[in-house]
Amino acid sequence: MGHQWGMVIDLDRCTGCEACVVACHAENNIATVGDKQAAGGRAKHWIRVERYYEGDFPDVRVKFMPVLCQQCDAAPCEPVCPTFASYHTDEGLNGQIYNRCIGTRYCANACPYNVRFFNFYNPVWEKPLNLQLNPDVSVREVGVMEKCTFCVQRIKAAEIKAEAEKRDVKDGEIQPACVQSCPTNAMVFGDLSDPNSQVSRMAASSRGNKLLDELGTRPKITYLQRDSWNGDENA
Amino acid sequence: MATKTPEQINEDLLRPLSVVSPRYFIALIFFLAVVIVAVSFFGRQIYDGLGVTGLNRPVFWAFYITNFVFWIGLSHAGTLISAILRLCNATWRRPVTRCAEVITVFSLSIGASFPIIHLGRPWLAFWLFPYPSERGIWPNIRSPLLWDFFAINTYLIGSVTFLLLPMLPDFALIRDRASGFRKRVYGFLALGWRGTPKQWHRLETAMHIMAIAIIPVAVSVHSIVSWDFAMAPVPMWHSTIFAPYFVAGAIFSGIAALIIAMAGLRKFLHLEEYLRPIHFENLGKLLLVMSLLWFYFVFSERLTGWYGNEKYEMSVFWLTQRGSFSPLFWAMVFCNFILPMPILAIKKLRTITGTVIASIAVVIGMWIERFLIIVPSLAHKYGSFSWGSYRPSWTEIIITAGTFAAMALLYMLFAKAVPIIAVWELKAGQSVEREHLETVLAASEAEAGAK
Repeated sequence: MGHQWGMVIDLDRCTGCEACVVACHAENNIATVGDKQAAGGRAKHWIRVERYYEGDFPDVRVKFMPVLCQQCDAAPCEPVCPTFASYHTDEGLNGQIYNRCIGTRYCANACPYNVRFFNFYNPVWEKPLNLQLNPDVSVREVGVMEKCTFCVQRIKAAEIKAEAEKRDVKDGEIQPACVQSCPTNAMVFGDLSDPNSQVSRMAASSRGNKLLDELGTRPKITYLQRDSWNGDENA
Repeated sequence: MATKTPEQINEDLLRPLSVVSPRYFIALIFFLAVVIVAVSFFGRQIYDGLGVTGLNRPVFWAFYITNFVFWIGLSHAGTLISAILRLCNATWRRPVTRCAEVITVFSLSIGASFPIIHLGRPWLAFWLFPYPSERGIWPNIRSPLLWDFFAINTYLIGSVTFLLLPMLPDFALIRDRASGFRKRVYGFLALGWRGTPKQWHRLETAMHIMAIAIIPVAVSVHSIVSWDFAMAPVPMWHSTIFAPYFVAGAIFSGIAALIIAMAGLRKFLHLEEYLRPIHFENLGKLLLVMSLLWFYFVFSERLTGWYGNEKYEMSVFWLTQRGSFSPLFWAMVFCNFILPMPILAIKKLRTITGTVIASIAVVIGMWIERFLIIVPSLAHKYGSFSWGSYRPSWTEIIITAGTFAAMALLYMLFAKAVPIIAVWELKAGQSVEREHLETVLAASEAEAGAK
């Protein structure tokens, strides 16, 4: 069996600093849309930090939850795409092929996590921001959907390197931008098909649960949290 | 009806084809202007992107998909109703069938354009066609959108055939009375119709086959449209009731559209003696039945949702029931049930004016219904952090208005090119009535003779 990429996010470690959000924007050439568009709900953040408040004033605790594409094994976004732009890769990722996308936005409606983003306009990078585009990642044109890829460009690079060196990808060798930039090590990425990987061991934790598990989407991201705090509750 | 001679019928029904009033021209230019404005707004949308609409995350579908469902729904006016009435041998149907079938063809074409209008990259819509391409990939048959594509195309081909078949004898009639260029055009359209018994027999057989075949197609189309929603795990979408609910709603709005169209034809083409109060009365009764059925569906859907008390469903439920969408919800109930019910149930009120008022309300109400099915569910989908709302932009409003103008425009042009009431069917109906009368008379004479 090939790799099955997955992630563990420890909510008890997350401080809500949003470094992951910034890193993701930089790594994946995600255009900002300006304040007006963002206020109208058109901001594109492949990862976002959701804030929830627990308890009554003055005993309020703020809870943070980074939400990105859950790379579901039974992803509702995949079967609904008429052009196979959204599809399941051999390594368990919810792939999104921009060139195939005709922009029906059905995948985004079907996604229970609201982690798919649409290019309402052509993306613009004002000078000199255009110079910081990542050459490993394509930019997306108007009218197509985009979403978190688990930094597939980094996964592919590591796999190619490992193959050239005739070895397997080592645990921890691949770090998506969000994982790499997390100052509290709240996020761990790795191969779920390897029972000894750090991510597999942590995903088996008794603190673990899945976002909207009851929908049967079989997400590959496990959230760790204390029992007292129920992350998917409508706050 | 006072029996008219075949010559009179020809005269009355073919008159609209040769007479054009200035009022007609003014209306035509007005609707054409609206359509042109709408097309130009669509052009701008293609150039700039869907940013010119009010769409956002999470409300990725709104006005355009509402219009899509609405127009596909209206298309059930024609073919389905006329097929059922044909198969039931309802004789009063004769003047009604063609104007109903025309609604189907035009509203289906308009409805089918919306999935393209709403695309992020509409210039690639042809990728839904299954053809061996350089991309080395077929369309995804698991996607309900692809089912839509096939269902709508099947229905469009079927309903165009269903409309054209009974037009052949009328084209031949116009051909025989016309001269010059007109004769050539209608001669071509008549496909060599000579009116031989063999041809009549074949036409009848073909009509019968089409009438039977089109009913399951029509039912499947709106079921599949409903599955665009019901297949997705979205609160209040993911429901087994959707297919029959949508089909009933489609027939409901279809009958309403038919009544409005008939009233317009009756007034503007002076067809008072053909589209008589009895037609409005009978269609009004059908509309009443559908109104009750619609209410039953809404009630069942709402009751089971509320009683089940599932938290994500409830957040959408209360959003429509008493949240920001509640004025629309209650407007819908008023338009689809509270207003039409008494008008259609009380015989005194079931007049032409009454049924038209009820029908206009129903058309508005059913448009709102589709909007309320689509938008609140998306706005309150699961996690409250990503909830949103929606406000249409002018582009969406103008394109929506443009499609209503397009419908009026196409209908007006059609009524000038083809007799909107099937001439031969009407004559056939009269001869049936006459035969019936003759048999009755003969029987009573024989009885008298026996005495």
